[in-house]
Amino acid sequence: MIKVLPRNILRIVVLVFFQVFILNNIQFSGFVNPYFYVLFILLLPFETPGWLLLILGFFLGLIIDLFSNTPGLHASATVFMAFLRPLVLDYFAPRDGYVPGSFPRVYYYGFGWFFQYSAILILAHHFFLFYIEVFRFTDFHLTLYRVILSSIFTLFLVLISQYFIYRK
Amino acid sequence: MRNLIRFILNNHFLILFILLETVALTLVFRNNNYQSAYAFNLTRNISGYVNSKTFSFRQYLDLHETNRALLDENQRLRNSLLSSYKLQIPAAANVEFDEAWEQQYNFIPARVIANSVNKQNNYISLNKGLLHGVKPDMAVISGNGVVGIITGVSENFSTVIPILNSDLRISSKLKNSGYFGSLHWDGTDPAKATLYDIPHHVILNQGDSIVTSGFSAIFPEGIMIGTISNFEIEGGNFYKIEVDLSTDFRKLNYTYVIEDRFRDELLELEEE
Repeated sequence: MIKVLPRNILRIVVLVFFQVFILNNIQFSGFVNPYFYVLFILLLPFETPGWLLLILGFFLGLIIDLFSNTPGLHASATVFMAFLRPLVLDYFAPRDGYVPGSFPRVYYYGFGWFFQYSAILILAHHFFLFYIEVFRFTDFHLTLYRVILSSIFTLFLVLISQYFIYRK
Repeated sequence: MRNLIRFILNNHFLILFILLETVALTLVFRNNNYQSAYAFNLTRNISGYVNSKTFSFRQYLDLHETNRALLDENQRLRNSLLSSYKLQIPAAANVEFDEAWEQQYNFIPARVIANSVNKQNNYISLNKGLLHGVKPDMAVISGNGVVGIITGVSENFSTVIPILNSDLRISSKLKNSGYFGSLHWDGTDPAKATLYDIPHHVILNQGDSIVTSGFSAIFPEGIMIGTISNFEIEGGNFYKIEVDLSTDFRKLNYTYVIEDRFRDELLELEEE
């Protein structure tokens, strides 16, 4: 438990830097904006209490907002994602529940489980984010297209990170 | 009372979620109005510093292109200098021009330190602020044309709401016929915007210039916005005109903030 805190602080710093300095500066085609920082919420330990989850989501989003001039936008989307996380975890729980001392990663629960878990949460986050950003349904299909393309890209980065950085 | 506390404790997850979501969404929609995008004034100095570091690195990649664009602009400006012209009517030589003119527009050069083109509501940050005379509602242009309007200012930095933000509408007109409409970005292509409200009897051609109308008391009249690339009649009476923007927002580096010295006088009059 003592090791969890510094590791997560380091992770939040690295992810925010990666998002702000690199991903926010890459303009793929006007449709693809990966928001890789959500990995932080995905990887929090199973035992994280709900209130902490929401507060962490809020402040993580707010930090990203500071650097992208979008007050509240990422904060609201990340809080929404943090709210869904316990529900998704319950839904995909193995028959015997989650093993104490394990983390939500490919290493512990396999590719299939992690893929479903992160895909649903990333899609929810991006869906919320892009629709709040436009705040109208006139260009519904255009926004949906952006949501799906960006989600695929974020998911791709998240899955890759599982094999290159978080192998254990 | 005890029931209430138990209710809150039992549902604290949902209640906290609603609370935080309300705070976040309030932030979003209170700042949606482009007149008041400055809730983040306190933090702008920090994020401005960070952004200027990343952007100064990225600028190296565009250096060649930027130099060429500045050279082109210098050429245009030199060609319009009075000293590049030869007086053709000798009688007019005696007219003393200097005293009859008072400067209306003052240009403040500024560098772009943060920029995006891939969102629905993009923002640009500049490295000039209050200390350099930048104030909200000033116009921002590049060497090629209109960029946007200043919304928030801190001591050393300022944020711009560019054409590539679906909250902004710019009053613009056809350069050749003078008919005016409003220009709006639909959020898809960073090289194109749409001009509405031009009546259908006006004769249009591809390549016609669209310039600012000067009605908004923000932009001076006649600043280039773009050229017509396509048009169709929408809803019977008005054109929907697709405009190729003359400013390339993907390569924006240097801009000018325009201070209008007569703006306050005009606004005071209009308020009366």
